[in-house]
Order: sequence, then C-alpha cells, then structure tokens
Amino acid sequence: MATLEDYKGQTPAWCPGCGNYGILNVFKEALMELDIEPHQFTIVSGIGQAGKFPHYLRCNTFNGLHGRTLPVATGIRLSNHGMLVIAVAGDGDCYGEGGNHLIHAMRRNINVKLFVHDNQIYGLTKGQASPTSMEGMVTKAQPSGAFPEQLNPIALAVALDCSFVARGFAGDIEHLKRLIKEAINHKGFSLVDIFQPCVTFNKINTYEWYRQRVYHIEPEYNPEDKIEAFKRALEWGDRIPAGVIYRNHRPIFEEKIPAIKKSVLIKQSFDNSKIDSTLKEFY
Amino acid sequence: MDYSIKIGGEAGQGIQTIGDTLAKVFSRGGYYVFSHQDYESRIRGGHNFYQIRLSDKPVMASREKIDILVALDKESIILHEKELSEYGQIIYDASTLKQKHEKEYFLDIPFANLAMEHGRSKIMANTVAIGAVLGMLGMELDIFSGIIEETFKKKGEDIIQANVNAARAGRHFAVKECLRCSFSIGPLTKPKMLIGVVEAIALGAMASGCKFYSAYPMTPSTGIMLYLTSKAKDYEIVVEQAEDEIAAINMALGASFAGVRAMTGTSGGGFALMVEGLSLAAMTETPIVIALGQRPAPSTGLPTRTEQGDLLFALHTAHGEFPRAIFAPGNPEEAFYLVNKAFDLAEKYQIPAFVLFDQYLADSQWTYERFDLGRIKNIDYRLRGEALKNLSEYKRHAFTETGVSPLALPGESKHLVVTDSDEHDEEGHIIEDAETRIKMVNKRLFKKLIHIKQEIEPPLLYGTSSPDIVIVGWGSTYGVMKEAVDALSKDKNIAMLHFSEINPFPLTDKFDYLKVLKDAKRAICIENNATGQFARLMRAETGFEFKTKINKYDGRPFLLENLIGEIDGHIGRL
Repeated sequence: MATLEDYKGQTPAWCPGCGNYGILNVFKEALMELDIEPHQFTIVSGIGQAGKFPHYLRCNTFNGLHGRTLPVATGIRLSNHGMLVIAVAGDGDCYGEGGNHLIHAMRRNINVKLFVHDNQIYGLTKGQASPTSMEGMVTKAQPSGAFPEQLNPIALAVALDCSFVARGFAGDIEHLKRLIKEAINHKGFSLVDIFQPCVTFNKINTYEWYRQRVYHIEPEYNPEDKIEAFKRALEWGDRIPAGVIYRNHRPIFEEKIPAIKKSVLIKQSFDNSKIDSTLKEFY
Repeated sequence: MDYSIKIGGEAGQGIQTIGDTLAKVFSRGGYYVFSHQDYESRIRGGHNFYQIRLSDKPVMASREKIDILVALDKESIILHEKELSEYGQIIYDASTLKQKHEKEYFLDIPFANLAMEHGRSKIMANTVAIGAVLGMLGMELDIFSGIIEETFKKKGEDIIQANVNAARAGRHFAVKECLRCSFSIGPLTKPKMLIGVVEAIALGAMASGCKFYSAYPMTPSTGIMLYLTSKAKDYEIVVEQAEDEIAAINMALGASFAGVRAMTGTSGGGFALMVEGLSLAAMTETPIVIALGQRPAPSTGLPTRTEQGDLLFALHTAHGEFPRAIFAPGNPEEAFYLVNKAFDLAEKYQIPAFVLFDQYLADSQWTYERFDLGRIKNIDYRLRGEALKNLSEYKRHAFTETGVSPLALPGESKHLVVTDSDEHDEEGHIIEDAETRIKMVNKRLFKKLIHIKQEIEPPLLYGTSSPDIVIVGWGSTYGVMKEAVDALSKDKNIAMLHFSEINPFPLTDKFDYLKVLKDAKRAICIENNATGQFARLMRAETGFEFKTKINKYDGRPFLLENLIGEIDGHIGRL
C-alpha cells in the first residue's frame, strides 16, 4: 500500500492560489485510497498549466503535444489495456486544440479517464479566451468580449453518449475526490470537467463565483437517464450542477478488437514463421 | 519475348480485375511481369488504364508501345491507338462501343454477347475479354480456370462453370478470328510471386513484428492499412483508422511508448498534419516508422498520380534539429527489406524512420522467385521483464556513450517511465537550464548520428564499374533506369547509381560513389519531380553538382522508350 509521500513529484511551478493545487492533492489521495501505486498507471498530458500535472506526481508520464493527449492515451491503452491510463488536459488543450480527438475518443469509448482542468481561460499564454470562456469575457485578445457562445462540454459529452460524465470543483475537494475515484472505477471513457479557478487571469470565474453557483446533484438523481442528464447538462447561470451527470455501460473499445482479445498487445510474443505461408498467397 | 498489354476504359468497368487477373495468370505461368496503373480521382467514368508487360526476362518498367489494347470504351481507342506496335492488335466490342473499326489491327470481339450466350450473364464480358487475350497469346486456360475457381469458390459450381465457359468462348473466338496474331510466349515455367509495393510494405511491417498501425485513408497509402487489416486477426495487429492524421501519428507514438512496434502511413497532405507529431517522436525519443506515399502536389494536387516531390519535405520538415532515417525503395523486394531496416533503426536509435514511395510504385506489380526471410532482422531493443525489474534505478533519457538510453516499458516494474515534449532531464522532467539542454541535444542528435550514419548502405552501382555515363536516381525510378542501362549499354559505357538509403546521406568509405560520378564524362540525375530535389541534396551533402538533369513532373511515370530517348539526347551532345 502506497503512502501519500510515494506520489510526491517535482515542486509545482503554478501560481500561488491556483486551483490546480487542490486537484493535485486530492488526486494523490484518491489514488492512494484506491491502492493504485505510482508505476501502475500512466498519465498523458498536453500543454498548458494542466500539462505539467504528471511531473508534480510520481507516475509513468507522457507529456506530449498541445491537444493530442487522447490519441496518445488511446495508443497506450490499445497496446497495454492492463494499465490504467489517465489523460489530463486544460480547457484550451482538450476543448480547443484537441476537440476532434475528444469527439472520437467518446465515440470509441476507449477506457481512458480524462480530467479537464477547466479554468475558462488560457493561463500559460497569459489570459486569452478559451472555448469555455463565457460569452462577452474581455481579454487583451478579445477586447470587445469573446464573441462565440461558450462551449458546453457536459452537454457535448451527453450528446455523444460519453460513458461517464461528471463535473467537479477544485474548491470542493472531498466531493472532487469522490468523482475522481468513481471515474477511475468506471469502465468506459470518463470525462470529469473540473472548475479550476485561475487566480491570475480569470477575474470573473473566481472561487467565490463558483461557490455561489455550484451545487451538489442530489443523491436520488439517476445519472443513467439521458433526458434528465441533458437537463442538468444545460443548467448554467445561477445554479450549476456538480456530480455524476451521466453514465452508461456501453462496451469499451478495447473489448471489440480481435488482436487483443486473448492477451495484452505488449505481452504477445512475435512469431516470424507465419510470414512464409503468407508470402505463398502471392504466387 | 516482351509484350505489353493495355486495358483501357472508364472507372467501374472492371479494368483492374482484368489487369490483376491477367498479371496473375502470367506470373503463375512463370513469366516475368511488370504492371502499372493510371487512373483518375473518381469512382465511375473518366478514363483509366492498366498496363501489363510480360517477358521471359526480368522486366521492371512500362513501355510506350502496346501489343494488345483491350478497349472497353471509345476513349481508349482515341488515346491509345497511336501506341500500338507494328504487329499490335486492338480488341473491342463493337456492339457495346456502338462503333465499328475496319483497320486491320482492330478485332471486334462480342464480349457482351458471348458472355450472355456462354455464361448467361453480361457481367462475364470481362471474363470473355481475358479469355480472348490469352487466346491471342496462344495460352491455354488451365491457369485462368484455376483463378476463376479460387475467386468464385463461395458462389458455387454454377458460377464457376459459367465463367469458365465464357473464358473458353473468348479464347476460341480470338484463336479463330485473330488472323494477324503472331504472338509467341514460350513455355510455362515455375510460378513466380506477383507483388506490389503496398503489400510489400505491409508484409515488411508484419515480418518486423509491427503490432500497431494507425492511419487515415489517403491515396496512395491506404492499401497498407487495408492489407494489414486483412491480416490483423491472424497476426494480432491493432489497426486503427484514426479521426485524422494528427491522431494517427499520436496514437502510434502512444503505442510505441507503451512498448510495441508501431507505424503510420500517409501521403503528403496527411503527412503535413503529422509534422508536429514527428517532432514529438524526436523529442521523446519514441521509435516510429512512417510510410510516406508521394503524389503530385502542392495541396491536393493530382491525387491518383505520381511524383517524387516530397523528398526534401520528409527530410527537412518538423521544428527543431534531430536525426531521422529515410529509405526510398526502388521495388517491392527492396521495400520489404527496407521497412524491416526502418523498424530496426527506429527502435535501435529511438528515432523516426521513413519509407518513401510514390503512386507509381504503389500501383505497380513485380514478379520474384521468392523473398528471403533470412535477411529479416528482428532484435528486441526494449528493456522489459526481469532485466528491467532487476535494475536499481532507471532514467528514461539517461546520458550514455552512444546517446541511446535504455527504452523501458511503463508499468512492467516499479521503475517509472517519464518523457516529455518539453526539453527534459535524464528522468524526463521539464528543465530550463542551458547545461542540460546542451547535453540533451548532444545525446539525441550528435552522439546518435555518428552511429546511425554507419548503418546506411551506399547506392547500388548497376552496369559497368567505370562508366563514361552515369545515370543517378532514387526510389521508384530504379526499374526504368535499370532497363535503360541494359538497353543503352550495348554501345555505351553506361551505369546507374541508385540510392534507396538517403538519410543520413551515405558515406563513401564502403563504396566511393563520388569517384564514379567525378570520373564519368557525364552524370545525369533523373527525377520524377520539377526541381531535382535529390540533385540538390547531393550537392548539399557532397558538393557534387549535376550538370545534367532529367525531370518529369506531369504526374506520370517515366516510360522506358521515353527515358532512353532523353538520355540518348543528352549523350548525343557529349
């Protein structure tokens, strides 16, 4: 059984007060409580403040390109479906640059756990609007306010029948921990969108802003009712739901692929002798 | 004996079926075969053709002159009548084409009516045509009947018999009516293997233990994915059609990171999307093999045609400085071995390795006695199992003498495998300091490069060893250049230098090809592109400048007579 110390990575280079600290701490606790040791999982991350996340833990890490976490995570899972694969991305990374991959990862239902640090702003590039920035948000790059309508990742995920859809808040860590654990335990592609206040660049969606609006979905709510899930997904404004919003039990992608039915791809020994008989088909 | 057969018609008329079947009949008959295709980017209509050359001597290029033209539409006659050789023959169905030709080299064969009469269906018109071609050549139907049986096994005895009857009717008609036919093709010998480059690339990957292939469909690379898919279950390969090329290369990198040999394939436009991923492979030192099928560009260009236009693109693209291996096979056999070499070097040095081909090569078929599996190298360079578990410490990007760090599998031991697209330290964590940066560049680039250079084979010299005239090329021009040397060496002191291992550029210590070039009276660089990319590369790498270049950039391959004529023109001026 690992201790919290076992997950301690490099010293974070995030701004003091950043919502990411809360996520990092609770993430370590969740892994420890689930008895998943550092070498037993891989985190794939991209670029942005969230991209640095795996360095601040101890774990197998592929910190790749901006927006491309999910294809890398998919490749890892298909080659080693015995290992837990977690993708960590920001709202710009996952909903902007990598939007196409998100759509197709949900369609495939690859058993990857995706945690999006959603601060509704671009942090690393110093404060431009992100896909989840609220319409009208003024930044240096959007001096007249962001023109596009805000992306609703939860509604997008429900529409695409994403296997597990949840929303958490970095300022509500016990609740977030439960969501992280549920997502990891769920069989299927899991999206956890985490409100993560950017204390430096987002002066609208602050801790206080979220605290006033975010409420816990009541225990009797049935996340397997897709119509109800849509209703919750569309709630925004004075009241914003947090918790497991949608869940289904679609078969995962890995189970459909003949090549990995018998064993994990990386464990398969290679037999060159078959080539000879295959070459005979060309005569 | 050296005959060329052309089947022309609209897309959807079954040109490829006729061509593939004839090529198979000839290769099973033990003849040497070369075939290539020319088609438009459409599913129905337009004008396409399939050209087959058969001989009792090895053939590896298409000729301009045609001996038998199977015209399935009027356009075929308009376009190709002038290509007919002195004793050539055009066969067509006057009732289908609704026109009658009276010249002595036209033979009207009622493909459709014979099909109805003997096969009870018009669908078998192409079977009649194949039977007719075989009849004109004086071949029996045994081999073709065997192919019919294999093809229609699932459809039952009736369909097989109907097709055989249709083939007989076609053959019988041609034997009886083709009075000018004087073709003589010699006795059957031991069956040969008939294979194209796309299958050879896929087979090379399979023979190298490739377990993961992700790609987005794009001509001319799609065939690799399709062939691997057809073998995926048997060989336990994961083949994934990605949502785009960016995903394709990133998935393959994920798979490679996890511990399997991985590959992707695409063409120029798709590769343009992969470029950031290529740089990621370099920074994370993740092995990957990329099959890049060139076609005329810029942009969508001529999607179904050929060009050698992406050599410098493959060589120089992606941000940053890093080593990469580039191979450009000249034929399917070479493709098979070079894909294996690409996998070997990619994993040994943890670099990206390319296999460059083009549309012409992708759609050509060649005959061989056999492929030698003894030449396939399969060394597992990864650190796994007990060897990994027993290590006291592990750093993914550890500094070593050779620059190559041990490549461990994540999840197999307590040792963590960490890598990053940011510059990183030995463990794989982000750094900013100058000292580590310099050490990492030295490791990734300079140290490895010394060793990779030693792996690259010099070009092939074909023809006389101290030639007056040297023709130089790379990749798909191999066959046509080699045949040109054969044809011209009767009265010229000529040789070919063919490069199929291009980057790192071959050293001269194993074979001083530069001396051959410098000693020759004339060195001609032949490329299927507009600017002479290889010639530029040669000058950049060696200082040698070609005074003479032959470039073709009409989207079509070099044909034998046409290339010989061009070379002759230059030599004449000597």
